[in-house]
Amino acid sequence: MPHDDPDHPHSLLPPDPALRVKALETILTQKGLIDPAALDVIIDTYENKIGPRNGAHVVARAWRDPAFKTALLEDATAVVSEMGYYGRQGEHMVAVENTADVHNMVVCTLCSCYPWPLLGIPPGWYKSDAYRARAVREPRAVLADFGVALPEDTAVRVWDSTAEVRYLVIPERPAGSDGMDEAALMDLVTRDSMIGTGLALPVGRSAP
Amino acid sequence: MSRPHDMGGRYGDGPVVPEEEGTVFHADWHKRALAITLASAAHGAWNIDVSRHARERLAPMDYTRFSYYEKWMAGLADLLVEAKLVSREELAGQAPAPSPSADKTLKAAAVPSVLAAGGPADRPSDIAPAFQPGDAVRTRRLAANALVDGGHTRLPRYAAGATGRVVRYHGTHILPDSSAHRLGDAAEPLYAVAFPASELWAHPEHPRDEVVLDLWQSYLAPA
Repeated sequence: MPHDDPDHPHSLLPPDPALRVKALETILTQKGLIDPAALDVIIDTYENKIGPRNGAHVVARAWRDPAFKTALLEDATAVVSEMGYYGRQGEHMVAVENTADVHNMVVCTLCSCYPWPLLGIPPGWYKSDAYRARAVREPRAVLADFGVALPEDTAVRVWDSTAEVRYLVIPERPAGSDGMDEAALMDLVTRDSMIGTGLALPVGRSAP
Repeated sequence: MSRPHDMGGRYGDGPVVPEEEGTVFHADWHKRALAITLASAAHGAWNIDVSRHARERLAPMDYTRFSYYEKWMAGLADLLVEAKLVSREELAGQAPAPSPSADKTLKAAAVPSVLAAGGPADRPSDIAPAFQPGDAVRTRRLAANALVDGGHTRLPRYAAGATGRVVRYHGTHILPDSSAHRLGDAAEPLYAVAFPASELWAHPEHPRDEVVLDLWQSYLAPA
């Protein structure tokens, strides 16, 4: 197969993005290659069923249960699968833990790899040129865009997702959260804190 | 030798703009683009590495000006023609003919199980791991596909010719450099390798910062 066709077939479709998608959907539907009802189920799955509350569940449990956290850091795929969070774009999971010594942050410089079963579809900024270009070279400047400033003696470790391994950041547990139950802890775990561009919320605030 | 998707470390892109957690899609056509892409892939006419390479080999001008889901649509349209699932004439507006592949079309009832099953990339391999955590390794001098000129690779340019240390062994995984060109899975050992920021950048932000990449054994040599 040629991999550099100078005459890309996609240019035959209408240039306007919305019309382009509509044209492609119509062609594929008329050919019987896609089922519009299946498209609706896919959209509903990622719009309403699979999202960052799954990851927050994993993090809250890790905060409360040291044995669970040890197992999660050892083999996250097995642990999150048991919780029902295995699936497309989450076939090989690794969890990394933030501490006072090291702050982890995840990017995919080459495309947009992201742990779908735990965090859903990536936000626009994760897929943006600015994040993909800058996160590996100047993570602290990127964190500043999110309003996050790390202590001077905390090292940053950026994970560039270049294979089919997907990374989940376990943010530091907020001070004063001892004794809180799993549901209350989940409310402190934001999507961005599990990518590493944010921190868990302080006690008293709540994730969306 | 470069392609525009390989942008790690690039200057000039401006600020990253955070957004609230609640919004999954910013336009209706984004949803349809995602769903059409996943549903089309269910025909099994390409794998994830072929589909990534289809986006990467868009003309640099298109890759740069297209928004995220426009890249997906363009890559998909090109793949559909290459796989002979759709003709150029149909893309250009000719009445679509029923496809002989319609019996393999993803149905609504099968979507949850297909999404839940995923597509694991680990495969058995005869290639024994040459490295273990703690070992010093150096990446290829050029971030290039060794099998196909201009082909797909997952070694970014910014990490080529750099020395780091293995921090994790992931098992044996499909080699994208082979799989993207339908040359077989060619599974081999995959590692997470940590590089000091000072090894990658002229002006690192902090002396203790690191970047970790997942790299296949054939990308690496002992250092």
